[in-house]
Amino acid sequence: MKQLLLVVALLTVGLSYSQDCSYTLLGELKDFHDGEPIAQASIYIKVQNRYITSDSQGKFKIESLCTQELELVISHIACETKTIRITIKGATFKVIRLEHHVEELNEISITSSTSRKETVTAQETSISEKTLKKYSALNLGDALKEVSGVSSINTGNTIVKPVINGMHSSRLLIVNNGVRQQDQEWGIEHAPNIDINSAGRISVIKGAGALAYGGDAIGGVIVINPSRVVLADSLYGSTILSGQTNGRGFSVSYNLSKTYRNGWFVKGQGTYKKQGDFKAPNYYLTNTGSVTKAFSVNAGYNSFESGFEVFYSYLNNEIGILRAAHIGNIADLVTAINSQEPLVAEDFSYTINSPKQDVTHQLAKLKYYKRFQSFGKFSVQYDYQNNQRFEFDVRVGDDRDKAALDLNLQTHTLSTDVILDSETDFKFKFGLMGRFQDNFANPETGVRRLIPDYNKYDFGTYLTVDWRINETTSVDAGIRYDFNKIDAKKFYRTSRWEERGYDVDFGDIVIEDLGTQLLTNPVFNFHNISAASGVKFEFNDKNTIRFNYSLSRRPPNPSELFSDGLHHSAARIELGELRLKQELSNRVGLTYIFNSLNFNATVEGFYNRINDFIYLEPFGIEQTIRGAFPVWNYRQTNAELYGIDLTVNYNITDNLALANTSSFIRGYDLSRNRPLIDMPAINTLNSITYSKPEWNALNLTLKSEWVLEQTEFPNTNFEAFIATTNQNVIVDISTPPPAYHLLHFYSDMSFDLSKKMNMNIALSFTNIFNTTYRAYLNRLRFFSDDLGRNVMLQLQLNY
Amino acid sequence: MKNIKSLLIIAILAISFSSCSDDDSPTAVNEEEVITTVRFVLSPVAGGASVVMQSQDLDGDGPDAPVVTIMGTVLASTQYSGSVQFLNELETPAEDITLEVIEEADEHQVFYALTGSSNSTITYNDLDADGNPIGVDFVFNSGIAGTDNVAIVTLRHEPNKGADGVSDGIIDNAGGETDVEVVFNYTVSN
Repeated sequence: MKQLLLVVALLTVGLSYSQDCSYTLLGELKDFHDGEPIAQASIYIKVQNRYITSDSQGKFKIESLCTQELELVISHIACETKTIRITIKGATFKVIRLEHHVEELNEISITSSTSRKETVTAQETSISEKTLKKYSALNLGDALKEVSGVSSINTGNTIVKPVINGMHSSRLLIVNNGVRQQDQEWGIEHAPNIDINSAGRISVIKGAGALAYGGDAIGGVIVINPSRVVLADSLYGSTILSGQTNGRGFSVSYNLSKTYRNGWFVKGQGTYKKQGDFKAPNYYLTNTGSVTKAFSVNAGYNSFESGFEVFYSYLNNEIGILRAAHIGNIADLVTAINSQEPLVAEDFSYTINSPKQDVTHQLAKLKYYKRFQSFGKFSVQYDYQNNQRFEFDVRVGDDRDKAALDLNLQTHTLSTDVILDSETDFKFKFGLMGRFQDNFANPETGVRRLIPDYNKYDFGTYLTVDWRINETTSVDAGIRYDFNKIDAKKFYRTSRWEERGYDVDFGDIVIEDLGTQLLTNPVFNFHNISAASGVKFEFNDKNTIRFNYSLSRRPPNPSELFSDGLHHSAARIELGELRLKQELSNRVGLTYIFNSLNFNATVEGFYNRINDFIYLEPFGIEQTIRGAFPVWNYRQTNAELYGIDLTVNYNITDNLALANTSSFIRGYDLSRNRPLIDMPAINTLNSITYSKPEWNALNLTLKSEWVLEQTEFPNTNFEAFIATTNQNVIVDISTPPPAYHLLHFYSDMSFDLSKKMNMNIALSFTNIFNTTYRAYLNRLRFFSDDLGRNVMLQLQLNY
Repeated sequence: MKNIKSLLIIAILAISFSSCSDDDSPTAVNEEEVITTVRFVLSPVAGGASVVMQSQDLDGDGPDAPVVTIMGTVLASTQYSGSVQFLNELETPAEDITLEVIEEADEHQVFYALTGSSNSTITYNDLDADGNPIGVDFVFNSGIAGTDNVAIVTLRHEPNKGADGVSDGIIDNAGGETDVEVVFNYTVSN
């Protein structure tokens, strides 16, 4: 049963002082959007205990009423039953406007079982709040792997970046509570700064189908929404406590909401997590502890016609980086690769030493919306983000406790959206966005800036339309234009400036010559047009096909343009390129969905052709006082990616269910005719679940995770002279680790402690057999094994 | 509409307030703890002219390779009192990073690998508080005449100084991370 909200527009007529019971209420039910009458609605008159029905004009009449308060319960097909009160003081005429477009409700729906979609035809998958709560003690990137085709690229086990169909970092767009996350997402070791406990629902959209959020999502869009506000007088919340053996970690998360039936609400949420050194099957991973502190507060007023929201969130992550991964030169890297165990493996500790990251992300948001009858909804939003990133390196002397990297990124965005939904079959959405961004690299670090100071200006506008042609067919289409301007001030070493040939091509941007360094003022303007369109056929209850095409352009990010220096854990010099152009992606996605009572399957296929794909490739070797280093620089090529993601659920009996998610992906560099680096290997997850609702909602799940060896990879090995051994060696940095198979177990039960209080206990085992393995997409795989067995106990109280 | 207006005003105020970004140029970073120069200095114990082997890389991890210069001649069968110096010549006057190495002696060690027909040898001549060598001061015996000699100077930060062979100057088990690795090709003359 779908739900419905209704808003009463008061149009009270009639003035009379007589006390007799002869008044008449004339009512008229209208659709809020187009003013069409709503016929055949059932109206229950409580005091009289009888039902009447609205006529074909949506009208109804109740006679012989006294001066009294009248309670009416109005229900209509595909609508939730709703109660309204009317005070009768005489002959009364009332127009009651009902919200009829169930799936288009945005802020004010009451808890819904039907999943709302961000797009009509794109490859979209949602993760429910219940599933997210399982990941309370983990990271956003871990939870997203629930979706077939989503994997992660990790730096250790705490820095987990989502990968959608082989794309990550700047090619993914993360929207947190309606705000596009701006947290220096360009770096592989920069995890999204989002507390998973603040998420009520996450949608993963593969490809650039969600144009309202941006046109540069070549890989996909992740939309994170907080749990919705209940329109009732209520006080509710939950507490989640977790403890785990691996890393001896614990996590506390707490949230509380106070809501009022008149639309006002206030919510608060906080999380504290602490982890010590993780453990691989055979040794501790020294300096892999982390501490997370996060909270958010949210207040506002919601009604169908208008509302506003004020939101603030704070997140601080202090993350230790595996000590053994900090190396000085190629010889150290070779030693690390050849060593079976990390060169530094000490006893367990909670202490976080250098190298480490300390990142704080703050977000403030103001939003206002208003609906206009027979027109649509208008909203305006201002948001501010402040991202402060410190990275601490292993340093000596007075600089020991000084950050080696100190970047502050501030972003202001003002945006407005208009949704026109007065036509039942059409929905238009139009929006404008202006953004200003200021990056400041603190020179006090005593280390050359990795990313220069810059100002960035963005302007975007889009138009999308959803058209429901008939019961079985829907179409959507959209177009977007973005303008980006980057105005940077960067110091180049004169030697590097000339080696790159910039003195010839960019001589006019030098603003100051300091002898060995040049101060330059690179300014870039990018115009980007993106578009998406698709169609959805629902042949019948069971079979649905969705087809979607998207065209997207992504301008190069600051890291790709400006990187300039030694990357310690990779033992390589990484160089940006000022001559980069935008990437252009053409992606098609075809989805087939089969739904029946006991069997559900989704098959998603895609092909993504990317022109001028930006990537890092080895370029040569340079000598320094630390020894020789390979140089990697950003280049552009034409690339193609294709793959299939599969999700299957089969209920064998009422109590026993099987599930499978699998994904296959290939990516090739068409110019070099070789595979792309860092493509996820073929993987398949199979689980069997036994559930018994009568036994306190008992759930037992055994899950098998099988990841094949990646056999398609580019050979980026290089030969290096190792001075200390006086030998030339091949440094094997490209061969992926072998396939691995892990078994996990999850169980949970729920208990009703009181009428309003419910407790859920979950016990889980990951990597039950303490299997030793390394993952291709873990950047620290050269230095240590991945995690060993973990047992986690989680207690969740809902009240 | 009143609400929209006030929201817009707040938003515009917020933007203009916090976007008063200075258009001033950023200041150049004063690079600290960068080692640009390694000097391997040999002074004959019996007196005479010193030998200075120097590797200098003023553009750090820039594209220019270090410049190696050798001043003086290593004489055969001679005992030298040796020392190594690490300098940051990006600062004026140059910062002597050797002092930091000595100050944090327990976290540093200099290793020397000598190869070639002269069979030159090096023995450590300094100790940290734990009685382990630092390697900043040493004794160098030149050996017989030969032209194919190589000296590799490696500075390790946070090595495992207690590991097998490390106090004898064998780098294999030292671990830690390499801060300096320079190679000098030298001739021992009669």
